[in-house]
Amino acid sequence: MDKENWMKTHRIQIMVCTGTGCVSNHAFEIKEALEKEIAKHKLDAEAYIATTGCNGFCGAGPIAVVQPDGIFYQLLKVSDIPLLVEEHLLKGRPVKKLMYTMPLEKTTIPKMSEIPFFADQTLIALRNRGLIDPEVIDDYIARGGYKALAKVLTSMTPDQVLQEIKTSGLRGRGGGGFPTGVKWEACKRSQGETKYVICNADEGDPGAFMDRSIIEGDPHSVIEGMLIGAYTIGKATQGYIYVRMQYPLAIHRFEVAIKQAREYGLLGKNIFDKNFDFDIEIRRGAGAFVCGESTALMASIEGRIGEPRAKYIHTVEKGLWDCPTCLNNVETWANVPQIILRGAKWFSSIGTGDVSVDPWGGSKGTKVFSLTGKVNNTGLVEVPMGITLRDIIFKIGGGIKDGKELKAVQTGGPSGGFIPENLIDLPVDYEELTKVGSMMGSGGMLVIDDENCIVDMAKYFLSFTQDESCGKCVPCREGTKRMLDILEKITMGNGTNEDLVLLEELSAMVVESSLCALGGSAPNPVLTSLKYFRDEYETHVKDRKCPAHVCKALIKYTIQEDICISVGHGCGVCRKQCVDNAIVGEKNQAHHIDPTKCGKCGICYDVCKFDAIQVE
Amino acid sequence: MGKLKIEDLEKIAEQTRRKMTVREGTGKAKITVHMGTCGIASGARNIMSAFLKEIEAHNVHDIIITSTGCAGLCSKEPMATVELSGQAPVKYIDLTEAKVKKIFEEHVIKGKFVPEFAYAIGSERIL
Repeated sequence: MDKENWMKTHRIQIMVCTGTGCVSNHAFEIKEALEKEIAKHKLDAEAYIATTGCNGFCGAGPIAVVQPDGIFYQLLKVSDIPLLVEEHLLKGRPVKKLMYTMPLEKTTIPKMSEIPFFADQTLIALRNRGLIDPEVIDDYIARGGYKALAKVLTSMTPDQVLQEIKTSGLRGRGGGGFPTGVKWEACKRSQGETKYVICNADEGDPGAFMDRSIIEGDPHSVIEGMLIGAYTIGKATQGYIYVRMQYPLAIHRFEVAIKQAREYGLLGKNIFDKNFDFDIEIRRGAGAFVCGESTALMASIEGRIGEPRAKYIHTVEKGLWDCPTCLNNVETWANVPQIILRGAKWFSSIGTGDVSVDPWGGSKGTKVFSLTGKVNNTGLVEVPMGITLRDIIFKIGGGIKDGKELKAVQTGGPSGGFIPENLIDLPVDYEELTKVGSMMGSGGMLVIDDENCIVDMAKYFLSFTQDESCGKCVPCREGTKRMLDILEKITMGNGTNEDLVLLEELSAMVVESSLCALGGSAPNPVLTSLKYFRDEYETHVKDRKCPAHVCKALIKYTIQEDICISVGHGCGVCRKQCVDNAIVGEKNQAHHIDPTKCGKCGICYDVCKFDAIQVE
Repeated sequence: MGKLKIEDLEKIAEQTRRKMTVREGTGKAKITVHMGTCGIASGARNIMSAFLKEIEAHNVHDIIITSTGCAGLCSKEPMATVELSGQAPVKYIDLTEAKVKKIFEEHVIKGKFVPEFAYAIGSERIL
């Protein structure tokens, strides 16, 4: 029996997640162990191991899903595999102890489709996740891949495709939310004999991995989207994918996908024997945050320093090498084939508002978010526009870690803002998030609990943008630096009321006068934290205290002597663990912390079993 | 395969359909072979292979084959349950490879269950 026939008879498909998260948790060792055990039980002809892209539930990795039963196995170890293979694959008894357990109820849920993290999501951009091997083009085709391209080339004029994208209400998923159809139309109308299509895969927000996961899990969906875009705009025979070097697996999967698409003639000359040529090349970026900005990105592709320019002339008129250029983000491109296949009406039935008159009048389709921070289920989620932040955090995310209180949620990464707990019934929508001072952004969603200091978080995000500022314009280069100095001063306990006023003035100036969106949005974390958590800033300034006990200069660790002796009997664990040798005391006697030596690392607080250590 | 024509997309999808049916977990029929210790001891693995061979011989893509534990009727093993979508499951007992062939052709392909090999129709009641 040749390999092809073997594949037909496999009754079991084991889908091993090989996204970056699971790979770093030894997914490939899990795969090897599975191969070994399957061979041992002579199940080779019955069970097939497929590697997939990211399933999204990164907190539960390494993950394997056994199909057709749909059983979701999580947190796998190599030592679990013999049991899994013998019990489930051979004897048909799924192994309960390797399944997902609800964080609060402690009930086990065997089926992937019934786990709330998956059940409450709506998949368009991630529709193939966990179902296809991203390095096998036939898998993509089996799920309807390249059918949308065939449809536009055989039965639609470029104008009809454009109309479809406009009607769908698709807007840029990279952060700005610019209507995709409007952008395509402007580029289509621009004069020029050569036009370019670009995929912006320079995802740079700290903690964001939406685009990386789409590429790693389903690279052909992006390629197909770009092909449809090129056909619509016309005169575009060359596309570029700009992706950062820090994404080696994503680059590899794109390389494989482009090679396979070329072999099938889906990239190249006369695609599907039509008068349509298009090819794609990968351009690797060095990882500068500013290169996610469209003009800086194009400069970088041209081989110049990645610096933005003023956009009096839009890139759809003069972009790459001064030619009309259509640039969209990974997720935007990945949505395009589905809109063509299933229709603009279907797409625009999901989401908020009305885009039939005003392209900015609503948010349609879905958005992918990377849900991180103090939430039980961290990972990648795709949700319909209009869902509330509460549903994302509490239903899909499974609530706050360790039963703590939600304080705020930060969307849009360093360009976005903090949304306080009392506003989390807000629907996820471009305009609604902007109204409260944050933004949709590219999809970072950081959940913050009462152990996070809001001033410290604002400082973190600003230090990121300050560090990544390219330095071309003064407001961004100098303004963010001065703002960071002030935040530093406040967290050191030297802030004044005037500093808060100055911080607001500087923020307004940087927003108003920066050259590009990096500077223009950098003050957002500061502005929103000042707006919603001013009392916390004031406590830092007036009382010289950090309520969340994060800012080291403002906190003090002490040992409560009575508890230390009567409950802990001077056990001495804190003394042994202290890295600064700041704790003194004899066994059975009270211990003390020497404040002059204490580095405020908090290890003693964590290791004391008797809660004798106080922080204030 | 070299350069694709549009009709090749459907061909590739057809070739890969069996794989995708299993991955998506949705098929026209579901065959469950009972693979407890008793089942395996009385030859359930050969029964499983026989079903897989039939799938191949008939070149059908929308059938799911899975295994489960002992059904409590160890003396009647090897056993299998055949369930067509929308119909009550049928349990077959004392299976042989020849019986599998007939069950596959009659029940799975043509939709007529084989009463002479069947033990019961329907599921047990679970209280």
